[in-house]
Amino acid sequence: MTTLQPPAAAGPRPAPPPARRDRRSWTGWGFIGPFVAVFALVFLAPIAYSLHLSLFRDQLIGGTTFVGLDNYQQALRDERFWDALGRVSLFLCVQVPVMLGIALLVALALDSGRLYGKNFFRISVFLPYAVPAVVATLMWSFMYGTRFGLVGDLNDAFNISLPDPLSPDLVLAAIGNIVTWEFVGYNMLIFYSALRVVPNSLYEAAEIDGAGQIRVITAIKLPAIRGALVIATIFSIIGSFQLFNEPSVMQKLAPNAITTDYTPNFYTYSLSFSGQQHNYSATVAIVMGLITMVIAYVVQLRGMRKGV
Amino acid sequence: MQKHSRRLLRGIGLVCALALGATACGGSGDEGSGPKTVSESDVRAALDKGGTITVWAWEPTLEQVAADFEKEHPKVEVNLVNAGTNNDQYKALQNAISAKKGVPDVAQVEYYAMGQYALTEQLTDLTGFGADKLADRFSPGPWNGVKAGGEGIYGLPMDSGPMALFYNKKVFDKHGIEVPATWGEYVEAARALKKADPKAYITNDAGDAGFTTSLLWQAGSRPYRVDGTKVGIDFSDRGAKAYTDTWQKLLDEKLVAPVTSWSDEWYKGLGDGTIATLAIGAWMPANLASGVKDAAGDWRVAPLPQWQAGGTASAENGGSALTLPELGGNEALSYAFVEYANAGKGVDTRVKGGAFPATTAQLNSEEFRNTEFPYFGGQQANKVFAESAANVADDWSYLPYQVYANSIFNDTVGKAYVSDTTLAEGLESWRKASVDYGNEQGFTVEK
Amino acid sequence: MTTTVTPASAGSAASPPSRAAVRLRTPRRPHSPGRPRRSVLLTVLTGLVLLYSLVPLVWLVISATKTQEGLSRSFGLWFDDDFALWDNIAETFTYGDGVFTRWLLNTLLYVVVGAGGATFLAVLGGYALAKFDFPGRRAVFAVVIGAVAVPGTALAVPTFLMFSTMGLTNTPWAVIIPSLISPFGLYLMWVFASEAIPTELMEAARIDGAGEVRTFFQVALPLLAPGIVTVSLFTMVATWNNYFLPLIMIKDPDWYPLTLGLNSWNAQAATAGGEPVFHLVVTGSLVTIVPLIAAFLLLQKYWQSGLAAGSVKE
Repeated sequence: MTTLQPPAAAGPRPAPPPARRDRRSWTGWGFIGPFVAVFALVFLAPIAYSLHLSLFRDQLIGGTTFVGLDNYQQALRDERFWDALGRVSLFLCVQVPVMLGIALLVALALDSGRLYGKNFFRISVFLPYAVPAVVATLMWSFMYGTRFGLVGDLNDAFNISLPDPLSPDLVLAAIGNIVTWEFVGYNMLIFYSALRVVPNSLYEAAEIDGAGQIRVITAIKLPAIRGALVIATIFSIIGSFQLFNEPSVMQKLAPNAITTDYTPNFYTYSLSFSGQQHNYSATVAIVMGLITMVIAYVVQLRGMRKGV
Repeated sequence: MQKHSRRLLRGIGLVCALALGATACGGSGDEGSGPKTVSESDVRAALDKGGTITVWAWEPTLEQVAADFEKEHPKVEVNLVNAGTNNDQYKALQNAISAKKGVPDVAQVEYYAMGQYALTEQLTDLTGFGADKLADRFSPGPWNGVKAGGEGIYGLPMDSGPMALFYNKKVFDKHGIEVPATWGEYVEAARALKKADPKAYITNDAGDAGFTTSLLWQAGSRPYRVDGTKVGIDFSDRGAKAYTDTWQKLLDEKLVAPVTSWSDEWYKGLGDGTIATLAIGAWMPANLASGVKDAAGDWRVAPLPQWQAGGTASAENGGSALTLPELGGNEALSYAFVEYANAGKGVDTRVKGGAFPATTAQLNSEEFRNTEFPYFGGQQANKVFAESAANVADDWSYLPYQVYANSIFNDTVGKAYVSDTTLAEGLESWRKASVDYGNEQGFTVEK
Repeated sequence: MTTTVTPASAGSAASPPSRAAVRLRTPRRPHSPGRPRRSVLLTVLTGLVLLYSLVPLVWLVISATKTQEGLSRSFGLWFDDDFALWDNIAETFTYGDGVFTRWLLNTLLYVVVGAGGATFLAVLGGYALAKFDFPGRRAVFAVVIGAVAVPGTALAVPTFLMFSTMGLTNTPWAVIIPSLISPFGLYLMWVFASEAIPTELMEAARIDGAGEVRTFFQVALPLLAPGIVTVSLFTMVATWNNYFLPLIMIKDPDWYPLTLGLNSWNAQAATAGGEPVFHLVVTGSLVTIVPLIAAFLLLQKYWQSGLAAGSVKE
């Protein structure tokens, strides 16, 4: 993960010499100390406590016992956990490319200078990011209703019969749509900002070579923003694996399609809050955290090495 | 690359090191104690002395009750907190109990959820407070509820939900359909309605544990047997079969709207006649009046359809009690408030506010029974409800971990609503999952 | 917990500006001789994405003009006969003894202290990472990113128990303290600071006898301004939209933020004797997002240049 830090990242061009640093001293801690202190309190301590919890089992009848690594063994054999992981993996493989693809296309369109009303586009596509996930999900859920919601209204108006977005087959896509809606603009902006600073000289060279638009995009623009693409992908992976708000709000409307173990994060939540299985919940969370880290790390390495 | 992975490992190592250093948090102990006693004079003394009690409840009519109580006892302050509705509040309560901090003095708990708290002695047994003398003041269903399958009395019933059939008379009249008196007729009515208006449904059901258990209760099924930590779960008795047979027909023929109760769509359906009946608790009128204003005058109330022609069986649907969590404080004062709200003057105040009582005095009073509901076209609906309340069988019990069981209802039985799985198969997988959980939690669960 | 402190959660995909973007200092082109031709086709295609982004917001605005009954009976994307927007807004602010105003003020408190503090910590930390070599420097970010990968919902209970022991639950601190951490903000400031502050300038200041604190405030801070605006906007969104953490920590409606308050109004419909107020939920949602959108529009210039860190000149 440390490769995320700027000086370590490999890029298309040779890295310039790193900024000269002051002699190695503790001065830096004076500045980063406050962050680290709060971080330790709100992240590390709960994680540590979770690790501690994961070694015990607490029963309604019988109290707490030390069980060593039993919870981990149970997690590795837990079908509900693996099903949930499979589901978010599917989500990841479909939703993330779609979302990033749309974001990239819009960013390229904006950057091409060939759009009418560019500024309006840029800010409008970004607006959904300001809508709280809970509100966004409530809004979309209202619209998804096939009987009395917008989908129903459309069915009535055009005398068609759209499939129910909240049915078990489609609900994952319905969630994917909400997440895409929320974050397309955000990612678009990241890509667009990266595109904005591609140096002019590169374009001029391409022009002299007589390269067409497509060639400019594949040969210059995409390599130039590869760092942004990789990091957006990594954060999207973490986001997908932690999918929670959207399914949990929608569960009230589609209780049979969205089970309490729908995503790993939802599963840990249900274990903890409905089942009082804090210990096992902590175990699942730790396993999930490790898997996420490993995958994000692999993507990072591959993304940085391979050409786009 | 090697450098990267080494750094990653170091990072993980650091997290782990911190983990080992921070095992000081947590730990829990049992606080078993015999039933406490608080005498009437203790209560009076506490009221004179005054103080503040914190009450967690989402019941809206309690606001007025708390204000009146404060007026009557000027030295007492009631801090009424809406800590979330049903499940949300239980989560909060469980968290507070785990932390042994911030536990309220009084908490609203639904009957189905009481078992778990009672069994683990997280609620105060009120027998020694004089609650045992109040048994005949409450109707049988709710009183059975506060005993929570145990020996003690873990709260005083606040409201109850004897079931009735709410139906949209306008829709029934328009299509010339008779109001069903049995569930068999109910299925017929559903078919007739569907035929007359393909967009209309006899009712909605998207899988609701509370509704299903209530119908099982009415059908004479007793799926849960609880004896201390020994638990039995069985959905194969005759009552359960009657329920699955009937309800399977409704699902197979798509006669129920797959709309979740309390959703925006649900309110719309109740208002525009596309959801024609509701078999639900007697607390529903206030919700109809405020949530479905457009349909005022259309709805009526009838007795719950029967499993056997000519029967009178009924069941409770919902309803809750006020309880005293063991880790709360100020017991005498808290009990005074609970008694005032649920067995004293507070009851009339709450009935006026639209709540449905659990007390026989109110249920049998002429004034209550003769109340005309403008929303139901002037019908004296309370007569139907009171009749139902008296006919609730009081030998039903919930699981001591019903909150959890209900939370996985849609994971299991829910499949019957959206796939080829039958209700009976769904109930079987619900049973299995509930058995597994019970065993994991240290219960002895048998079929 | 991560659900609340980083935009990476809840299915988000955050990305700081790329290294490539930051390195390059060449001034921005108007990129070829002669501006490219505008394309109707491309505008229409991009317009589809625009439509997709705006339709739900249009739905929200239209719905906010309807009464509770109007919501049920009218077509979602057109107005009902009764235009009740002003009544709804008034009712939103007066319903339940004006508790909405209280939630709004709470949210403001959380945003000012929480997001403000988060920005400040991120600026300090990013500056340290970029400009100082200190023992453990490389471990810091590894640990931060590693911790973010652990599902936050499972950390909620341990955090609750800890905070409860410290007596912080049911107080504003329970929301504010976790909001103080923004891993994304830290990363952004790190990238930004390494580019925006020339080490020579810092050395010059030190030669003049300025201490570290003065160097930071007088030399570094002004150069970091666009980055600070950007980070504060993102931390502001995260805090403003914070839901899960307050849900667990705060049980006293007097300390609810807007998101939690709206949710409690939404849940009210499902209570025996409760009154459904979907119209207020909708209007309240609109009122909730308007300030954020306004902030984004007003501060556009700053945060966009902050994101495109490379556009900063020394």
